[in-house]
Amino acid sequence: MFANLMAWIEKRLPLMDAMNKHAAQYPAPKNFNFWYVFGILASVVLVNQLLTGIWLTMNYEPSNEGAFASIEYIMRDVDYGWLLRYMHSTGASAFFVVVYMHMFRGMMYGSYQKPRELLWLFGMFIFLVLMAEAFMGYLLPWGNMSYWGAQVIISLFGAIPIIGDDLTLWIRGDYVISGATLNRFFALHVAALPLVLVILVFLHILALHEVGSNNPEGTDIKKPKGSVPLEEQSKFQFHEQYTKKYDIVDAIPFHPYYTVKDLVAIVIFLIIFCWVMFFAPEGGGYFMEAPNFEPANGLKTPEHIAPVWYFGPFYTVLRVIPDKLLGAIGMFSAIIVLFLLPWFDRGTVKSIKYRCTAHTVNLMQFAICFIALGALGTMPATPINNMIGTIATFGYFGFFVALWIYSKNEKTKPVPERVSG
Amino acid sequence: MKKLIRAFTFGIFALVPLFVLASSGGMHLDKAGNDLADKESLKRGFDSYVSYCLGCHQLQYQRYNRTFTDLGISEEEGLAKYLTNGQKPGEHILNTMPAKDAAKWFGSAPPDLTLMARLKPGPDYIYTYLRSFYIDPERPFGVNNKVFKDVGMPHVLQGLQGIRTLDEHGNLTEAKGGSMTTEEYDAFSRDLANFLEYTAEPNKLEREAMGYWVIGFLFIFLIFAYLLKVEYWRDVH
Repeated sequence: MFANLMAWIEKRLPLMDAMNKHAAQYPAPKNFNFWYVFGILASVVLVNQLLTGIWLTMNYEPSNEGAFASIEYIMRDVDYGWLLRYMHSTGASAFFVVVYMHMFRGMMYGSYQKPRELLWLFGMFIFLVLMAEAFMGYLLPWGNMSYWGAQVIISLFGAIPIIGDDLTLWIRGDYVISGATLNRFFALHVAALPLVLVILVFLHILALHEVGSNNPEGTDIKKPKGSVPLEEQSKFQFHEQYTKKYDIVDAIPFHPYYTVKDLVAIVIFLIIFCWVMFFAPEGGGYFMEAPNFEPANGLKTPEHIAPVWYFGPFYTVLRVIPDKLLGAIGMFSAIIVLFLLPWFDRGTVKSIKYRCTAHTVNLMQFAICFIALGALGTMPATPINNMIGTIATFGYFGFFVALWIYSKNEKTKPVPERVSG
Repeated sequence: MKKLIRAFTFGIFALVPLFVLASSGGMHLDKAGNDLADKESLKRGFDSYVSYCLGCHQLQYQRYNRTFTDLGISEEEGLAKYLTNGQKPGEHILNTMPAKDAAKWFGSAPPDLTLMARLKPGPDYIYTYLRSFYIDPERPFGVNNKVFKDVGMPHVLQGLQGIRTLDEHGNLTEAKGGSMTTEEYDAFSRDLANFLEYTAEPNKLEREAMGYWVIGFLFIFLIFAYLLKVEYWRDVH
């Protein structure tokens, strides 16, 4: 009976075939290391945000008069409302932690290089939409930092010549941030952007499965058909989509091998996540900022307006450039150069393990500059902070320029044909 | 190279505490040493709040009956003692002072205190604030506060604490005693700070208690998840 039903469905919509293609018979390199868990962790956090978000929406009231009080209603009067809210607020920060790690993994092992440029671009669009999603979500509690943070960021668009003022007016829907702004941000945060995000994630995974996963060695697990003797091929069964054209080596099916391995990573992640959520949901004032415990007040500016930590790196780039328009250009450029990374890198060797020493040093200085920019973004703009920020900004953009130069005729180490061990 | 990458990874994690160090404020606060599990202290704090604070400062997000339940006050006792103006048990803890007039009287309307312990740096701030008023003839009410410069609030607890002066080294000395000894007034302030830490997040104890169970479960689950992984990966190695 059940088998018949499954066969009936399969004839009309090949679900089992799709499952096999993308999980049970998807060839994944067998040598994934620690850095390869952040993609799946990002998916876990995405599901968490979607589910807790839906339930928060059931009791949230998007209005100038009611927003702040409705959050406190969720925290006090809704059964386990506090838990839903902390899952959502901690999830927002966790999302950026895992996404930054995921991106850094891609940079270390050259996962953006040919033929994975489009995969990288989809990923970057996810990152961009995620930033918009987080920014709009942060306005919804309608606390005073929500209000002033949004005020600062939206006013950036005013730096654009000619259309700037009209553009900010159009974004806010009012001359100041008001209930009108709150309402549209709510609509975008709970409907439009999550939809775009889910579609982009879907495309990101499709694009990944088309070109196949990279690995820490940067080798190719798909060899031309007929080039590898049968006993050296992977002994597992893969979907004919992959075996039709290639001999598969050093690979294992994603399910069950990586599902059980990722499960371990997910549990470890959840332990850390729950520790923050249950014992430090404010994240030391970085996940939930203190001024957000009083309602939005257009007449009372917080002493020190700081964006949430995950915008820190880009905010610092904005701040250290003295001119407002140039600062805004600098900030957006910091994101655009990331999009263009596959074309800044003219090298053909993927993994940092087999690239020149200059590349290792360059990537390290980039990581240090990025973290320094992030830390500075949460601190007041003192002269010394601005000086460090300027140096770090040069380091950040310098990474791309240097990469473009040395990657042309790079002295690389020989890349092994196969994954050893 | 492997070592390099490992050192690299380690370095990045080692940098994380920088975020934490980045912005610890410079204000010195005395430790309140309060205990949210001490219901007697919370009850005393609630009593003091109703007697001394509520006239000006509402708790507009906190309900009477929730407070009764959490503090272990029976409904009869609550009705008789706190709901004397015909309020319903489910109502928020409000006062009748018109905000507009209050803004005229004090310069700005007295803030709601439900979330003050999270807006300011915790119960320690409230504890220190309550004990840091001093004489300042320049101010409209004749007093100022060490941790809240040019505060708009008069020292309404002056009758209890007495009044103090600030010397040039920043030390407070008692000029005139009040009806309480210093120890009694400290205990009074601790109870109030405790109560306001409670109102700022009534679920805090429940949250932490649940956290131990959840994380405990996850650790046990981790063992099984790991064993499952090892079992499956026998095929790979």
